[in-house]
Amino acid sequence: MLRLEKLYKSYQLGNSKFEVLKGIDLNIKPGEFVSIMGSSGSGKSTLLNILGILDNYDEGWYYLNGQLIDKKLTQTKAAQLRSRFLGFVFQSFNLLAFKNAVENVALPLYYQKVSRKERNKIAEEYLDKVGLLDWKNHLPSELSGGQKQRIAIARSLISQPKVIFADEPTGALDSNTSADIMKIFREVNNQGITVVVVTHEDDISRMTDRVIKLKDGIILNEDSPAIEIIAPNPELPTPN
Amino acid sequence: MFEKDNWQEIFLTISKNKLRTTLTAISVAWGIFILIVLLGAGHGLHNGAQAQFGNDARNSLNIEGGETTIAYNGIKPGRKIQLTNDDYKLINEKIDFIENKSAVFKGHDTRNLTYKNRHAGFVVRPVYPEHCILENAKLMSGRFINIIDIDEYRKVCSIGLPVKNELFKDEDPIGKFIDAEGVQFKVIGVFNDLGNGDNTRIYIPISTAQRAFNGKNKIGLIWLSLKSEGAEKSEMLVNEIRELMAQRHNFSPDDQNAIRVENWGEEYGRIMSMLAGINIFIWIIGIFTLIAGIVGVSNIMMIIVKERTKEIGIRKAIGATPSSIVMQIIMEAVFITAVAGYVGLVLGVGILELVNKIGINSEFFRNPDVNFPVAISATVLIIISGAVAGLIPSIRAARVEPVIALRDA
Repeated sequence: MLRLEKLYKSYQLGNSKFEVLKGIDLNIKPGEFVSIMGSSGSGKSTLLNILGILDNYDEGWYYLNGQLIDKKLTQTKAAQLRSRFLGFVFQSFNLLAFKNAVENVALPLYYQKVSRKERNKIAEEYLDKVGLLDWKNHLPSELSGGQKQRIAIARSLISQPKVIFADEPTGALDSNTSADIMKIFREVNNQGITVVVVTHEDDISRMTDRVIKLKDGIILNEDSPAIEIIAPNPELPTPN
Repeated sequence: MFEKDNWQEIFLTISKNKLRTTLTAISVAWGIFILIVLLGAGHGLHNGAQAQFGNDARNSLNIEGGETTIAYNGIKPGRKIQLTNDDYKLINEKIDFIENKSAVFKGHDTRNLTYKNRHAGFVVRPVYPEHCILENAKLMSGRFINIIDIDEYRKVCSIGLPVKNELFKDEDPIGKFIDAEGVQFKVIGVFNDLGNGDNTRIYIPISTAQRAFNGKNKIGLIWLSLKSEGAEKSEMLVNEIRELMAQRHNFSPDDQNAIRVENWGEEYGRIMSMLAGINIFIWIIGIFTLIAGIVGVSNIMMIIVKERTKEIGIRKAIGATPSSIVMQIIMEAVFITAVAGYVGLVLGVGILELVNKIGINSEFFRNPDVNFPVAISATVLIIISGAVAGLIPSIRAARVEPVIALRDA
């Protein structure tokens, strides 16, 4: 699904060049549930941004679903690929403050030219899946952190992506809520969607099937923790 | 494109920056207001100039007798040149490209006219038949003077509509007699002439007037209109007329004051080209005023884009293309500009209407207004201005890198 070969990325900091990723080789298969771990500055968020076509890379090759992602991809093409294949969940939720829950969830479909009525209907279905249908008319400011993140997950799912990228999705949540969120990701993964979570928390990474550890821009080793893998739960979690 | 989402976001942006948006909108409204008022004033000048010429034939020449200022063939200067019927005939025979012609004898004499017990003072103008064509007078009933009236010295007259209304009220004037200070004239027609002061007259045959009012064969003015091909050679024709008259009346062809020849076509063209120049100047002033407004809108859109960098990044991350971002920013700019511009347009038209209602008119300025094509041009200009104002900010917004925008969180 996602394949990186000898991928390099650096940033210019003043006069000096700072190498963030130093020849990453990585292969994530369809349907995997992967976490990328590393301390601050290890390059994990940069890696996620490149995988999510939010950022470009300097050297190497990146294949998404077998298609080479060009180093100098245009913004329009990148937007189209993101819209078609990828979904994003961020630590700070990144919901639009002036849109209510259902409008936030429906937003990706707006850019796919789906009619307002149709996309709101679909958004309600996804809100129902994350247990927040009753909160559909509420603004983000009226919701808890866990509820906001569920809305963000519903928004990432509405385009029926092949891969969900989550950058520290539990970073702003308490442990119980974090566990609930990870349960939802497990549910999503059980439906065949590849999930890539960036985290610095061991507890969170242990809930994934495969842990990729990054240090100073290099993959250290790969674990397959298979620890505390949460069994698929047909009952959807209830809101906080 | 005009979905609720777009409007929702536009209104939200405006409500977030009410004062700033209002102040910017005022500058756009002011730009359009100034443009409309200036264009209306320009139109007022145009209307004033038109009124000066009335609706008479534009490609025409007026020839009047004057006084010599140059000694010639042993004759001292200061000699009065009196035009006569023979001059009129000679000009008609010798000068090419004449379309219609007339001559006037004592064209400004106001006489007391009487019908039954009604009295009124109107100008009695003795002319030739084609005068009604030169004046562009429209016959309402009866006929105008014809050549038989001239040849037979008939005491007939064609009267303007106000004369008819004053003397005859609802009565049919045709066939009735008007007394002009002791001379009875039979009314043969009623005309309507919208030219300035051209309607409050009666026309009588020039030959009759010369005989009745002791005019002998004198003529005050010869009026000629030129065929279109002659209009281009009007200057040459003026010189030919001058030479012809100089030869006949024995004065120097270089003496500009011996006879006065007014070339209305040239005069009209000169004034119209001056007004066209004023109009261009008005557009330039208006557009530059408007540009100040556009820069304001562009500035506020730049600030809005900067404030919404993160939001734009989120939108891009979830699939917004650069073109969709560009469209959204441009729509906002067009919306602000369109609303403000329309307010300016309405206020400008309102002021012009007020001026019209109050009736601030003078010799060279009357009925300032903005016609429909100008209003449409202004509307198109407003929309284009909005798009231009939004263009640079929208390009900046489209270039926002989602990763940088999200990192700013």
